[in-house]
Amino acid sequence: MSNAVATPAAGNGKLEFLVRGEHHPAQGTLLGFWIYLMSDCLIFASLFATYGVLSLNFAGGPSGADLFDLELVALNTAFLLISSITYGFAVLKMQQNSLRGTIGWLAVTGVFGLCFLAVELYEFYHMIHVGAGPQRSGFLSAFFTLVGTHGLHVTFGCIWLVTLLLQLRKHGLIQENKRRVFCLSMFWHFLDVIWIGVFTYVYLMGSMV
Amino acid sequence: MSSAVQTYSDTTSAVFGRLTWDSFPFHDPIILGTFIMVAVGGIALVAALTKYKVWGYLWNEWFTSIDHKRIGVMYMILGIIMLLRGFADAIMMRLHQAMAFGDSLGYLPPHHYDQIFTAHGVIMIFFVAMPFVVGLMNYIVPLQIGARDVAFPFLNNFSFWMTASGAVLIMLSLFVGEFAKSGWLAYPPLTGILQSPGVGVDYYIWALQIAGVGTLLSGVNFVVTIVKMRAPGMTMMKMPVFTWTALCTNILIVAAFPILTAVLALLSLDRYMDFNFFTNDLGGNAMMYVNLIWIWGHPEVYILILPIFGVFSEIVSTYSGKRLFGYSSMVYATVVITVLSYLVWLHHFFTMGSGATVNSFFGITTMIISIPTGAKIFNWLFTMYRGRIQFDVPMLWTVGFMVTFVIGGMTGVLLAVPPADFVLHNSLFLIAHFHNVIIGGVVFGVFAAITYWYPKVTGYKLDPFWGKCSFWFWLIGFYVAFMPLYALGLMGVTRRMSHFEDMSLQIWFQVAAFGAVLIGLGILSFLIQLYVSYKKRDSLRDETGDPWNGRTLEWSTSSPPPQYNFAFTPQVHENDAWWQMKQHGFKPPQEGFMPIHMPKNTAAGMVLAGLATVFGFAMIWYVWWLAAVSFGALILGAIIHTFNYKRDYYIPVEEVAAVENRRAEVLA
Repeated sequence: MSNAVATPAAGNGKLEFLVRGEHHPAQGTLLGFWIYLMSDCLIFASLFATYGVLSLNFAGGPSGADLFDLELVALNTAFLLISSITYGFAVLKMQQNSLRGTIGWLAVTGVFGLCFLAVELYEFYHMIHVGAGPQRSGFLSAFFTLVGTHGLHVTFGCIWLVTLLLQLRKHGLIQENKRRVFCLSMFWHFLDVIWIGVFTYVYLMGSMV
Repeated sequence: MSSAVQTYSDTTSAVFGRLTWDSFPFHDPIILGTFIMVAVGGIALVAALTKYKVWGYLWNEWFTSIDHKRIGVMYMILGIIMLLRGFADAIMMRLHQAMAFGDSLGYLPPHHYDQIFTAHGVIMIFFVAMPFVVGLMNYIVPLQIGARDVAFPFLNNFSFWMTASGAVLIMLSLFVGEFAKSGWLAYPPLTGILQSPGVGVDYYIWALQIAGVGTLLSGVNFVVTIVKMRAPGMTMMKMPVFTWTALCTNILIVAAFPILTAVLALLSLDRYMDFNFFTNDLGGNAMMYVNLIWIWGHPEVYILILPIFGVFSEIVSTYSGKRLFGYSSMVYATVVITVLSYLVWLHHFFTMGSGATVNSFFGITTMIISIPTGAKIFNWLFTMYRGRIQFDVPMLWTVGFMVTFVIGGMTGVLLAVPPADFVLHNSLFLIAHFHNVIIGGVVFGVFAAITYWYPKVTGYKLDPFWGKCSFWFWLIGFYVAFMPLYALGLMGVTRRMSHFEDMSLQIWFQVAAFGAVLIGLGILSFLIQLYVSYKKRDSLRDETGDPWNGRTLEWSTSSPPPQYNFAFTPQVHENDAWWQMKQHGFKPPQEGFMPIHMPKNTAAGMVLAGLATVFGFAMIWYVWWLAAVSFGALILGAIIHTFNYKRDYYIPVEEVAAVENRRAEVLA
């Protein structure tokens, strides 16, 4: 087999079996965080599948067409997509080593995240108010859980963002903080991707029922 | 819905939730007796630890340790403790079923019996098999790939304590309240709030959710460790087979456990907030739960067995004195099983009524899995063929495994035929089948692995006499306990029965109970083996670090390995790296040492997991204020931990040189 052939390291034909000098293995945080995001993606996959199974189980209650206010959802989508762009600006500023710029754009991102959450909470409040709470039907249970889980992620993203702002102010753009900005960046964009799915599959298709 | 809310408001206080004096088992003599025994034993243990002043040692060297070796050992100890609990459940069930015929009702009331079979299943899978497998990977994988630790050492410690936290909740359910009476996968609508208003199902949910976080994080951790931290030169196809199987298992963990998290969260929403995911009315769908939980559940059995296949691969080649036969086919078989394990879940409920087409698909995919598995068996046999086989204890377990596992595999293929499954589903035939593969596979493999790697961990070998006793009691005990269940299952006896009318069946159950006693002797022999080996440690000592003439890098270090594993990172050229080093007359260097960069110990993992335990307990008992406080503290604690930037230090070069020179003296 090919891997039975050993390659002599030094010119004298003797094999070197140790790495002389200090050996640091590759940093794995970004890969690890990405893998974590993929596992999170599977939670959303389960919730999407659940919604798919229950999406027509109205149990005599309201359907998506009765409930969804697409204009409001469009506004919300805009908030979230813009927040991803502003996060992108923050990363660009970070790569130019501008601490002020990074912090500024991250703060703007956080504001858009909060706007998104405010609109979503209003939507939930309104639906519960008109008797279309999650207890009403299988469809509404699945709707609130899928959309609410996404909203909870955005909430944690905002908490994380505030934490990161404090850490950036305290330590500046050191290696650890840069890594954290990248991790939150992946998290934030990931939530955007999930929202595209929610927007299309739940709101747009749900409005056509 | 309204009645659940009714009982809820009647019995719930603002301070203690639904926790009252009635929640404690004063009225049940069996549980009270157990509780008193455990309490006395616990107090004695605490007193002894205090008297010999080992708390500081335990705290500094073990509980807060982020050393993968220490964490691995703690996982194994957790597994052994929970094995005793799970086995106590097993022997109680066997005894009860052997008695409960005709006029005799046995000694366990049905509600207690139901909790026991549920707890037995949950404990054996989540808190015995999982800790064993994760513990083995923890100890062995970094050593096999020539790394100093895992990719995320703190996370590793946190994962362990989250697993331990789940185990604590399950043990607590024995004495405070009750456990689920629903079977180990807690199918709704039986586990809905209407049918199971008590705390049992909530104990189940929160124990698994909290332990599940730990398992998922350790999955992420090990994938990154194996992908990023291999020694230079160790390409993927030069990794030891155990590391390969560990990689596949951790990919399965990352890809399967989120589904368990999701489905248990949905069940919690049904139970706590009257959602309608799995209810009978208002558009719920209970079969969705069954589908989702098995989409996790089937990969789970491969999560358990794949690393064990790796263990047997290492053992077979070491004790045959040969390179493993068919390394690449072994790797590909593992990968194929990894993928296929996602395409078979529906075979757990062919009777759902999904129709002949769907059932045929899942029946066929299930049967296909036996092909890569069969390839593995042949690879092991061909490795032994013309090898210089030493029948040490690990090899006995391996041969016992091959025979037993093939039988279990064949009954599995039989069950994969949908029409046969319609007859045999939920029967004792199924129970016999999965015990056949889990005991014959996972348990035998864990004992083989413990015997094989024990000298690496402690510096002395395990006593072979008691190891052989353990092996033969387990092997014979297994067959005596489970072959009768195959026969009973074929006669149509279903699982989870607490009483039987047909007296002609009793003899089978009595034989099975005797088999369980033999298995008990096997466990006892194992415990005696640990004790005897400790007593005889001087004569069993291994100074070389390589007692079995091993082939992979873990055998190139001392036993036990120094905290930093390797003073110099190994350079790998070939499969079986250590074997090649020995062939070339490798001598460890005596000079040129450098300070070694290592992560610092931390108590954060234990504190956070402790808060998670409190949170789980508060949720189970509806103590909302405590749940809110502990959850808030958990989040805050995690945030505070991220403000700690000083997580590493250097082991001074003098210390490294001293350790290495001491080893050189021993070897010389």
